[in-house]
Amino acid sequence: MPKAAVYFEEIPLSQQTPETLTGAQIVVRLLERQGIRTLTGIPGGAILPIYDALSKSALLHHVLARHEQGGGFMAQGMARATGLPAVCMASSGPGATNLLTAIADAKLDSIPLVAITGQVPKPMIGTDAFQEVDTYGLSIPITKHNFLVGSADELLSIIPRAFCIAASGRPGPVLIDIPKDVQNQLVEVDEWPEPGRADRVPAPAAELIEAAAAMINAAARPILYLGGGVVHSGASGAAVALAEKARLPTVMTLMALGAMPVDHPLSLGMLGMHGARCTNLALDECDLLIAVGARFDDRATGKVAGFCPQAKIIHIDIDPSELDKIKTAHIGIAGDVGAALAMLLPAIETPARASWLARVTTLKAEHPLRMPGIDDPRTPYGLIRAVADCLDDQATITTDVGQHQMWVAQAYPLRRSRQWLTSGGLGTMGFGMPAAIGAALAEPQRTVVCFTGDGSILMNIQELVTAAEEDVNVKIVLMNNASLGLVFQQQTLFYGERIYASRFKGMPDFVRVAEGFGVPAIDLDRESDPPAALARALSSSGPMLIHASIAMHEQVLPMVPPGAANKEMIGG
Amino acid sequence: MNSIASTENQALSRTVLELDVNNHAGVMSHVVGLFSRRAYNVEGILVMPVGSGVTSRIWLLVNEDERLDQMVKQIEKLEDVLAVRRHGAEHEVFVRLEEFFR
Ligand SMILES: Cc1ncc(C[n+]2csc(CCOP(=O)(O)OP(=O)(O)O)c2C)c(N)n1
Ligand SMILES: [Mg+2]
Repeated sequence: MPKAAVYFEEIPLSQQTPETLTGAQIVVRLLERQGIRTLTGIPGGAILPIYDALSKSALLHHVLARHEQGGGFMAQGMARATGLPAVCMASSGPGATNLLTAIADAKLDSIPLVAITGQVPKPMIGTDAFQEVDTYGLSIPITKHNFLVGSADELLSIIPRAFCIAASGRPGPVLIDIPKDVQNQLVEVDEWPEPGRADRVPAPAAELIEAAAAMINAAARPILYLGGGVVHSGASGAAVALAEKARLPTVMTLMALGAMPVDHPLSLGMLGMHGARCTNLALDECDLLIAVGARFDDRATGKVAGFCPQAKIIHIDIDPSELDKIKTAHIGIAGDVGAALAMLLPAIETPARASWLARVTTLKAEHPLRMPGIDDPRTPYGLIRAVADCLDDQATITTDVGQHQMWVAQAYPLRRSRQWLTSGGLGTMGFGMPAAIGAALAEPQRTVVCFTGDGSILMNIQELVTAAEEDVNVKIVLMNNASLGLVFQQQTLFYGERIYASRFKGMPDFVRVAEGFGVPAIDLDRESDPPAALARALSSSGPMLIHASIAMHEQVLPMVPPGAANKEMIGG
Repeated sequence: MNSIASTENQALSRTVLELDVNNHAGVMSHVVGLFSRRAYNVEGILVMPVGSGVTSRIWLLVNEDERLDQMVKQIEKLEDVLAVRRHGAEHEVFVRLEEFFR
């Protein structure tokens, strides 16, 4: 983005020390030094000094969101696509509270995010001042760590520390609340701190690795269970190598999709609530479960007592508090999963495993994921397949939350780590479109496709104008079933078909809505050749909305009823 | 607390946790938040600065429960917690305090 001419005194880029700077200028300089080039946010009174300093930065491109939650999810999109901490900003009070959902979402999916909020001046804190909320208190349970900055010189340690915490170990969001008077406070800076980087993680214990290797070598029916930690660690290559060397059928959580290509012969795809029958049935039979960067989330395990009932468990995770949290591991290994896999690999023998692999092949043949309509682009699976057919593995896929999310998780041929950005832990409707904008800002060379629903898209619809303004290469595929489909499905299956508050009576004209925001749109319903229309739309540059109606009664199957064991699947 | 619950509580065995923490305004909220969000009652709390006051020591008296190991791991993850030590109920710190609660 070209910067407007700077009329005010320029901050010298040659950074001679000592310099006398305001807290706000220090924030901006530290972000520049950190390597941040794009950040998102919305200004307001309590953060205006920082925005004033930002206006003079030649390096930082500020993307103006239209709702702080949208800004937070754009930053998440950047962080999820790259693995690097990304920054979002908000003013005090409502700006900060609007950001909270995006921060909580980052916490549950372990996404490195640095949120900077303005706060009322220190002397006014605690007086119920205009736009004062206890941002620090509100953010404690949803951040990895948070700071309330007491003076401008503290920024020199807090900001690099925040990036270090966000990126170290199990990543997560960090919030820095900066009172306005601290932003305006002048301090002399003698020396700039080093940018904050991820701390080294202690190496996994060698004797545990050895024991784990022996257990894997001795297992008759092992399964490798990959979680989002594999993606965070950049360990998908190592995970696939382990699976191949030890001949391990492999399942992935929602967060790990892409870590092993779906069409890899050892892949059993996604496990859990909407996993294929063969996947959950194989888990039910396994005698060893090797959990790598996974946390035994209830959507993955179903009723815990019924999850892999015969299996011993090896659990490798960077966060020691995940070990033994849900299931007691026979071998629990704390450490970076990439490092652990690298140590494990040489100790692994290649067994024949003929009968177990044959059994898994039989299960796959007898109980595959059924995708009715896969050849018809007017059905959910068919539409997803038709979109995939227009793209290669370089495309990035985001989703919102609902049936469409699960259909895409089941049916899209994900083959690359960080190809798949979805809100897993918090399951936040409204995530998909702003996250796609963020991913496209971070990696403009890629096509970013957001699969969304008619419910979810309305939760952050305002960011369409941001997409238009930034001219990001984001294609929004809106699967319109005129309902909160996943709720509709649950009411159909588990609440005696008492459909309530899940069927929409009013329906916006989404094509006109998009066009009104400055985003071109097509309606697949009106196209005589949907695949050709999709191919044209997806190969254009810039943002585009693709509207496609699907039937309200379509269900995501199989489905494990909430609270049931995974082998008690309905349908599919 | 009703009388049944309090009798039950007496029957449970107790643990004393000793935490070394950075001494600043938010630390207590971080620590007790971990307990309150899990509806895990903290029976006793004592905090005093140590030495120059850069760090503090927090003593927590809690009921033993199958979640305690997980609680300790969660406390260890807090940025401002420097160390966590576990003691049995026989630890003197709360016993000596009892005279102020008569
Ligand atoms: C912010 C938020 N509110 C409520 C929910 C509960 N919820 C989960 S899925 C869903 C329906 C989503 O509807 P839509 O986006 O149209 O997707 P569909 O299921 O129809 O594909 C709802 C309401 C949620 N996940 N997030
Ligand atoms: Mg819908």
